[in-house]
Amino acid sequence: MTLTTMIQKMSEGLGHTLSIFFLTLLFSLPLGMIIALLRMSKVKPVRGAASVFISILRGTPLMLQLLAVTYGPFYLFGASVARNKLIPVVIAYSINYAAYFAEIYRAGIESMPIGQYEAAEVLGYSKVQTFMRIILPQVVKRVVPPVTNEVITLVKDTSIAFAVAYQEMFTIGKQIANSQSSFTPFLIAGVFYFVFNALVAWVMARIEKRLNYYR
Amino acid sequence: MANKILEINHIRKSFGDLHVLNDISLSVNEGQVVSIIGPSGSGKSTLLRCATLLETMDGGDLIYLGKYAARDTGGKSVYASARELKSIRESYGLVFQNFNLFPHYSVLRNVCEAPTLIQKRPKEQVVQEARELLGKMGLSDKEDAYPYQLSGGQQQRVSIARALAMKPKMLFFDEPTSALDPELTGEILHVIRELAAEHMTMVIVTHEMSFARDVSDHVIFMDGGVIVEEGNPYNIINNPRQERTIQFLSRFN
Repeated sequence: MTLTTMIQKMSEGLGHTLSIFFLTLLFSLPLGMIIALLRMSKVKPVRGAASVFISILRGTPLMLQLLAVTYGPFYLFGASVARNKLIPVVIAYSINYAAYFAEIYRAGIESMPIGQYEAAEVLGYSKVQTFMRIILPQVVKRVVPPVTNEVITLVKDTSIAFAVAYQEMFTIGKQIANSQSSFTPFLIAGVFYFVFNALVAWVMARIEKRLNYYR
Repeated sequence: MANKILEINHIRKSFGDLHVLNDISLSVNEGQVVSIIGPSGSGKSTLLRCATLLETMDGGDLIYLGKYAARDTGGKSVYASARELKSIRESYGLVFQNFNLFPHYSVLRNVCEAPTLIQKRPKEQVVQEARELLGKMGLSDKEDAYPYQLSGGQQQRVSIARALAMKPKMLFFDEPTSALDPELTGEILHVIRELAAEHMTMVIVTHEMSFARDVSDHVIFMDGGVIVEEGNPYNIINNPRQERTIQFLSRFN
């Protein structure tokens, strides 16, 4: 198999790689905020449950979670395994990444000076208005660097979907590597991820810069 | 009889075993300027925080313009409903020691957002009034600036404008110059003096003794969670009678 054929075949999986990436971000970024708010709830059981949830998701491998979401329903209830693997993949990734984002958001929210809340309260802002207008925009700015880290990790983690044979770029590369007894597909994959992440880093740097109009 | 803006009756506040406020009463009439002085930990900031509903008190009444924000019922403060408190909050403004401006908003938005968002006043009118206020504060050319671009004195003037934009009946100042160097302190004291000349009702917690003496109608000296001595500013600051007041002011006099 020529290099061009390998690249071409692997590129066909790129759409799936991008699907995992963008859908995971779409669901995990807001879900993380919900988990963060539950984690900071005044109701102790809610707080505790969120905390346990986060520690399980951060404490076990993403690959294990992916296998559990994909094949768990079959072993537990005899349900058939989803034909479109993208669904369990995105569910597993979104929940896993939401747990990390939740802790990043929480750190960001807790780093806000109490004076911001008090100033808003005295001016008559409701709790929701204070959060949406005063706290959240400032938290977004504070969490961009750690979120960037996670987004870069996510690009590389899309390769873990090979564990459930989801036909994304790395899965295809691995299949070619096996059938052709060649290491080249892995090198190609490496270049793909590197370029992808260079792009991600550039976009995130631009976002950071746009938020730099205040300190 | 002068219109009573604020009335505080026998308020008590403890943090655990620590009695921070012990049976404090005071009232503020329209146009009156009251200064509260005293050492750190005397309870004066807590008093201000209770009066501005940032802290809940254990016992006593808190009354704005005849409306009870909290009423002592069987030795306990019972607060009014959230809706009533929201309307009561409009009667006062608070200027913080650390300004607490919103850093992601321009100066103009810092001043304009609450009147338009909370009080639902027409935007054009609010902006026009905000510009007048900023002009009065000597900040006409700063409306598009962000707080981080301003000096501490300028930031504090913005925060005074922000409080005034809500058209409160009275203003509280919590050590408004403690975060500023002497030169900037003068700037802020000048602004407060001007407000006093316009008969703005104010309660000021301060460490600036000569300022308190010159600007106030009434001075309260607090220590250990009680009012030790109060009265005419000149008498309190230049001729204190209580041992504790004399001791506190000895460095000043």
